[in-house]
Amino acid sequence: MIERLVPQASSFAGDIDGLIWLITLLVGFWFLVAEGVLFWLVFRFRAKKGEKAQYITGEKKEEMKWISRPHNLVLLCDIVIIAMAIKVWVHVKQTMPTADAKVNIISQQWAWTFEHAGPDGKLGTEDDLRTTDELHVEVGKTYHFNLVSRDVLHSFSVPVFRLKQDAVPGRVITGWFQPTKTGTFDIQCAEMCGVGHGLMGARIIIESPAAHAAWVAERSGERLARTGEAKP
Amino acid sequence: MSDAHAHHDEGWVKKYLWSTDHKIIGMQYLFTGMLMALLGGYFAYAFRMQLGFPNQPVPGFGLVSPNEYNALVTNHGTIMIFWVAMPVLIAAFGNFLIPLMIGCDDMVFPRLNRLSYQIFLVSALVLLASFFVPGGGFGGAWTAYPPLSSQAKFSLTPAGSTLWLLAVALEFVAFLIGGINFVTTVMNSRAPGMKWHDIPVVIWMIVIASIVFMASVGPLVAGAVMLLMDQQFGTGFYDPIRGGDPILWQHLFWFFGHPEVYVVLLPAMGIVIEVIAVFSRKKVFAYKMVLYTAFATGILSFFVWAHHQFVAGIDPRMANVFTVTTLLISVPIAEMLFVTIATLYGGSIRLDTPMLWAVAFVAEFLLGGVTGIYLGSSGSDIYFHDTYFVLAHFHYTFVPIAIIAVFAGITYWYPKMFGRMLDERLGKLHFWLTVIAFNFIFIPLFITGAAGDHRRIYDYTKFPDLARPELQNLRALATVATVVMLSAQVIFLYNFFKSMRSGKRAEANPWQANTLEWLAPSPPPHGNFAELPTVHRGPYEYSVPGRDLDYWPQSDPPEDDAAPDAAPEAAR
Repeated sequence: MIERLVPQASSFAGDIDGLIWLITLLVGFWFLVAEGVLFWLVFRFRAKKGEKAQYITGEKKEEMKWISRPHNLVLLCDIVIIAMAIKVWVHVKQTMPTADAKVNIISQQWAWTFEHAGPDGKLGTEDDLRTTDELHVEVGKTYHFNLVSRDVLHSFSVPVFRLKQDAVPGRVITGWFQPTKTGTFDIQCAEMCGVGHGLMGARIIIESPAAHAAWVAERSGERLARTGEAKP
Repeated sequence: MSDAHAHHDEGWVKKYLWSTDHKIIGMQYLFTGMLMALLGGYFAYAFRMQLGFPNQPVPGFGLVSPNEYNALVTNHGTIMIFWVAMPVLIAAFGNFLIPLMIGCDDMVFPRLNRLSYQIFLVSALVLLASFFVPGGGFGGAWTAYPPLSSQAKFSLTPAGSTLWLLAVALEFVAFLIGGINFVTTVMNSRAPGMKWHDIPVVIWMIVIASIVFMASVGPLVAGAVMLLMDQQFGTGFYDPIRGGDPILWQHLFWFFGHPEVYVVLLPAMGIVIEVIAVFSRKKVFAYKMVLYTAFATGILSFFVWAHHQFVAGIDPRMANVFTVTTLLISVPIAEMLFVTIATLYGGSIRLDTPMLWAVAFVAEFLLGGVTGIYLGSSGSDIYFHDTYFVLAHFHYTFVPIAIIAVFAGITYWYPKMFGRMLDERLGKLHFWLTVIAFNFIFIPLFITGAAGDHRRIYDYTKFPDLARPELQNLRALATVATVVMLSAQVIFLYNFFKSMRSGKRAEANPWQANTLEWLAPSPPPHGNFAELPTVHRGPYEYSVPGRDLDYWPQSDPPEDDAAPDAAPEAAR
């Protein structure tokens, strides 16, 4: 359903879309039944001349079953949805698979800064690559991210990943994703962050290993050229 | 005693502005709420035009700047919840109906009641003033998350945010006072013979809602005081650099904010149940069950707040607890709707305007209810959080609550309020235009939300995946439908004010209903009843077997001599 509107580009996008499907089936059933019964009753029991309404208290046992049976069924549906929702949630938000790579995400009014590992493959070293409003990742690799904010709340949202996480000043929030599809997609800020909130977009560029390596090489060449001048 | 009341000859100011009469105070709340609804609707018009037809001057507003856009969406939400839904559903209907429906002459604290409205009026004026201060109105969303809301250097609205907060805090004070009054009045002033189970559902609902409101608002008032001190006195309650925590506000806000949804839902359900019983000539199906589901909803509503914060940076394990509680609250709500629908069974249903609104409430609220499941279940909320899907979902709950149910209530009690009938033809035209346009606003927005439109975005052109023409067409469709829905309200206003002067005169009980307010003349004089009523039966004895009339007013004395065994179930 969602995949027809937004492509799936992460390992867990399918899980979340599957959960959305399941919910659609269950609540769709209830919605259609309830609407159907509602309109049928309004039509069936429309006022007719000389016909009096029935006197039903709804407090007898055989009347109550019309409420208690759907009640139990709703409860059952809820339990199924709760179980599936928690399963997906635990997978996406509560467990951290081993990382192949790391990236730092820094949000501020109204821009995104991304810190990628440089040619040494490690984050937090001298050769890190910093970019603004452009996140480069390699398809198939599992990433851990550290998400921070420099000022107000922001939210790191990548719709093709089905991933969203608020950034909170004063905290480092960790999470993970694994891109599964190459391409260039939107990153949004999904939390009201002030006047420039509507402009706080960025792009995620999911590359094949070769293309990603080429980008790293090119960027670190540029970086060396810049810092090389500064150093003696 | 009522004679003494009736012969007061007061001046206009004393009678309409300084009154302690619950009906006048109810009308004050109603008219203020209607005025604020016009303002909230105008705001929606302005920002919807910007979204549908970006960066073109909006007729009647001008070009919408990002700053103005944020202030418009923020205050649209704030106004519609705090200055429309609350005053109309709780205060206007509560004030007007409680003494009339429980059969007494006024609230137990009439002067407190007057004070409640006066504080409310001041709160509305403070909110209006916030648009005209340097920097403009507050634009940090109606949820006002700090640090954006707590520090002027982030929000750029140094005075606007403080006035906004002050206005909201004053509004809470007004409703705290009102709530005390409602609960005390229903506990103490019921007509002789009116036992707990003879109280009409709508009164129960207003009382439960008031209790839920009073119990949930305390933490938010504390939160608001801290926010005010952060804004104006440089404290750091929500400032992480100085040891504060921005997430604290979210807990305090939503601990109130989610029960608040049920605070407005319950009176709306109450109105709808009253109307459905009367217009299908049926006893409410399982009256006690309705009350139990309302109690269950009220209690559970205190344990669901963090479903607004699944991805806010709270401990992810907490999300599991709140997924369970949130989905469980669907059980009493679903049951309440089932009971409402079951009441129609075996009825003799007349589709007068109030009934159309009541049926539409159930039909539309169902969609709002079921779409909530996507958001309450943590796994799918990761994707839907803060998208237009959320927005469409809660408009499918709040529009039925604050618009559709309110119209059900206004069209139903209008004859009692003003002593005249509304025009049915205009009423039906208004109904169909409003309800059809409403669906054309928010069904497209479910789709744009599912496609990734996130909220509070002034201009989607910065997001290439969202700037696609097919999504823009849906946004434009929603905008056009907004204009249609807002225009349709002109019909209502015309009908409302014209019928007040020249509508058909209403008898005391034009709908042939059972509850006590229909015993009083239309409109009821000061003091309400010529003689205070005594209650002999429950409020929903419609179509009782063995009686010629298909209704049996609560105050009618039992017909002992006529047919003693005719209706053993109904009589007591």
